[in-house]
Amino acid sequence: MDDYIVEMLNITKRFPGILANDDISIRLRKGEILALLGENGAGKSTLMSILFGLYKADSGTIRLRGKEAHVSNPNVANELGIGMVHQHFKLVHNFTVTENIILGLEPIKGLVVDLKSAARRIEELSETYGLNVDPYARIEDITVGMQQRVEILKMLYRNAEVLIFDEPTGVLTPQEIDDLMAIMRNLIAEGKSILLITHKLKEIKAIADRCTVIRRGKVIGTVEVADTDEARMAEMMVGRAVSFTVDKAPREPGAVVLEIDRLNVLSSRKTQAVKDLSLELRCGEILGIAGVDGNGQTELVEALTGLRKVQSGAIRLKGVDVTRATVRSRIRSGMAHIPEDRQSRGLVLDYSMEDNLVLEVYGLPPYSRAGFLDRKAIREHAGKLMEDFDVRAGEGSFAVARSLSGGNQQKAIVGREIDHDPDVLVAVQPTRGLDVGSIEYIHKRLVEQRDRGKAVLLVSLELDEIMDLSDRIAVISHGSIVGTVDPKSVTEAEIGLMMTGVGPSGVKKGVEK
Amino acid sequence: MKGLKNLFTALAAVILGLLAGAVLMWAIGANPIEGFSFLFRGGLMNVERIGNTLATATTLTLTGLAMAFAFRTGLFSIGASGQMLIGGLVATAIGLSLHLPKWEMLTLILLAAMLAGAIWGFIPGYLKARFNVHEVVSTIMLNWVAYWVVYYTIPAHFKANLETESARIPDYASLKVSWLTQFFHGSFINLGVFVAIACAVLTAIVLNKSVLGYELKAVGYSKTAAEFAGINVAKNMALSLGISGALAGLAGATFYVGYAVNMQIGVMPTQGMDAIAVALLGANSPLGVVLAAIFFGILHSGKGFMNAMTGIPPEIGDTIIAIIIYFAATSVLFTRLFDGLRARIRRRQ
Repeated sequence: MDDYIVEMLNITKRFPGILANDDISIRLRKGEILALLGENGAGKSTLMSILFGLYKADSGTIRLRGKEAHVSNPNVANELGIGMVHQHFKLVHNFTVTENIILGLEPIKGLVVDLKSAARRIEELSETYGLNVDPYARIEDITVGMQQRVEILKMLYRNAEVLIFDEPTGVLTPQEIDDLMAIMRNLIAEGKSILLITHKLKEIKAIADRCTVIRRGKVIGTVEVADTDEARMAEMMVGRAVSFTVDKAPREPGAVVLEIDRLNVLSSRKTQAVKDLSLELRCGEILGIAGVDGNGQTELVEALTGLRKVQSGAIRLKGVDVTRATVRSRIRSGMAHIPEDRQSRGLVLDYSMEDNLVLEVYGLPPYSRAGFLDRKAIREHAGKLMEDFDVRAGEGSFAVARSLSGGNQQKAIVGREIDHDPDVLVAVQPTRGLDVGSIEYIHKRLVEQRDRGKAVLLVSLELDEIMDLSDRIAVISHGSIVGTVDPKSVTEAEIGLMMTGVGPSGVKKGVEK
Repeated sequence: MKGLKNLFTALAAVILGLLAGAVLMWAIGANPIEGFSFLFRGGLMNVERIGNTLATATTLTLTGLAMAFAFRTGLFSIGASGQMLIGGLVATAIGLSLHLPKWEMLTLILLAAMLAGAIWGFIPGYLKARFNVHEVVSTIMLNWVAYWVVYYTIPAHFKANLETESARIPDYASLKVSWLTQFFHGSFINLGVFVAIACAVLTAIVLNKSVLGYELKAVGYSKTAAEFAGINVAKNMALSLGISGALAGLAGATFYVGYAVNMQIGVMPTQGMDAIAVALLGANSPLGVVLAAIFFGILHSGKGFMNAMTGIPPEIGDTIIAIIIYFAATSVLFTRLFDGLRARIRRRQ
């Protein structure tokens, strides 16, 4: 008989207009890594939220170590030994590692918090699992990878036996991903069990023992990872065969359409985020910006699109200086922007989809005339875009943006921006958090833009995406371009090295100039 | 669906408020059924009283619309009282200084009051847009500026016999018209009621159908997304508070040269604060505001009658309003109840 530590049996959860989990059953064995694979909106996050006590299932049972459990809230989950590393870390930035970990269950010695004994315990844990975390470091001073380890320590400190990782690699560099895999192996070796939510097949193949595939709220099947390949899992997830490589014919780039000349931009905290950065983007090319998160990409993009003031330097769009132009005039001059943060920038979450799909053009005919909106035109436009870009929503164009899954929100934004037929498309993390099916589709549309002679500036933390799509790759580190390389003649490891700031002279081959 | 949910929430708040009022009446030894029957009869029992209820609702509708408009843009204005005072002062000043035919006079008065209120609203809007001064602070401060401006101006330039109030507004400058007064058997009702209805319709059109409304609401829901779309966030905030002020300025005109016969000094009009409750109960929708204002109008004009007939203190009426505000403010509870009930009904089907 198998020794299951977690069993979620016949879980059903319904949201208005959508059946998020339809009679789902998953079983996690003690000491294994079970991957949960599924498209966006397939119901993985809902299922994990039910296990972690954030939602209550409409029906179905949860069994822990063979006994039925009622996880009514996250505190109960903690007590039952379930811990979760969220996609977005929940840390207090000006607290130390120790302070963050003990938050909520501070050990008391007399009247004061006993930081010392806590720190000692954290150090021990850190050693046992090979985490290498300094308990006295401040969160704001350590890397994202380290912050994630703090999140892991938080669970271990609370004696979690079952660890849920929600898309843990999204924010990590290739090296950090390798380290995380090693840590996960240590955790298993020490008797922990892991539920890994992901849509990255490569990672499942590398680390997971078994994989349960979910599609549209239903379990499609559970496979032994060793006996199956990536293509098979992708097919189960999407429901059809998926191509992993982007079909891209070679193409000679045309004239310069966007010129960035010695640009300097300050961050919100008044530090120099972009330093003397120069770049040229040509018609008919996809220029990828590779780099570790927080190296000035956000500020560069905001300066380009008009959302952030430029300190010095110039931005020229089709030869016209737009350094100080408004957001709207840049949009009208042919720039479009797929923003990094779809929830705060890309959509007005409380607006309906039809209103969101005219977010930049509501003031133009045919969507409005003489100051009044033309509902019919707006609705038709939304219907067409949502069909073209396969945006699924319970109530169609009337659906409030907030009610859509992340993937569908993203597809809507991509559709809206490409629909503007921009000369320059600034695409930031365009496929973040999407499943392979949607990624394939969005990549195809980006390449289509390029093939039609338009320019795409692709800013992404996913090195695979940059390598697959780009005609040229500019590597950014500490706000400057370290070098520009040709993706066909460079390896991931070499780019990884450049991302740490080592100039192209340190990387021997594949460098232009 | 959203409208239905709002209606459910508002009705739940009202019913709970009335129930709480009943408990209070019972606690002081009065008969709640009797109390409520006189409260509502006081607001509705004859044509004159209905007229008075509508006259009270007129001012509340306009200030309520002013609040709702600001709320929809994500701004929390507390400035309706001050904007009412300034609008009323300008209306009174024109009414007492010029002598024009009635229709020209009223047009001028309404436009001037609107403009004065708009300026009084635009100032905090500009301060917010330019210097990020929080609108709650600046609108409250401007309320007191308006209060003292009135305190100085009326005795200095527009008094008659008494130091504390202006001269009586002449008939040709009053929003009261004889046919309307006679129709409602001598009530306080005035032309302001039409102004209020027109403003409610206009506000609904602006918010729901116009490009301007689209921008204002986008700014209200998400400043970051509005910025992304190229909407000038600062300009829209200033504009929104300006429009809100214009509505409150009109409320001032309907009150001081319509409902009242003169302008008194040293009184901060309570309609400015009640307007927050009206907007809240009306779920910030123009139609909701009109209905909520009428309901509050009934309570306001009925509470005196209830007091006279039963000895229940009129403060009970105010208390009921206050409790309704509490329930409307905690509307999320009712929203959940509504969703829960709906889910249960659906499951049964």
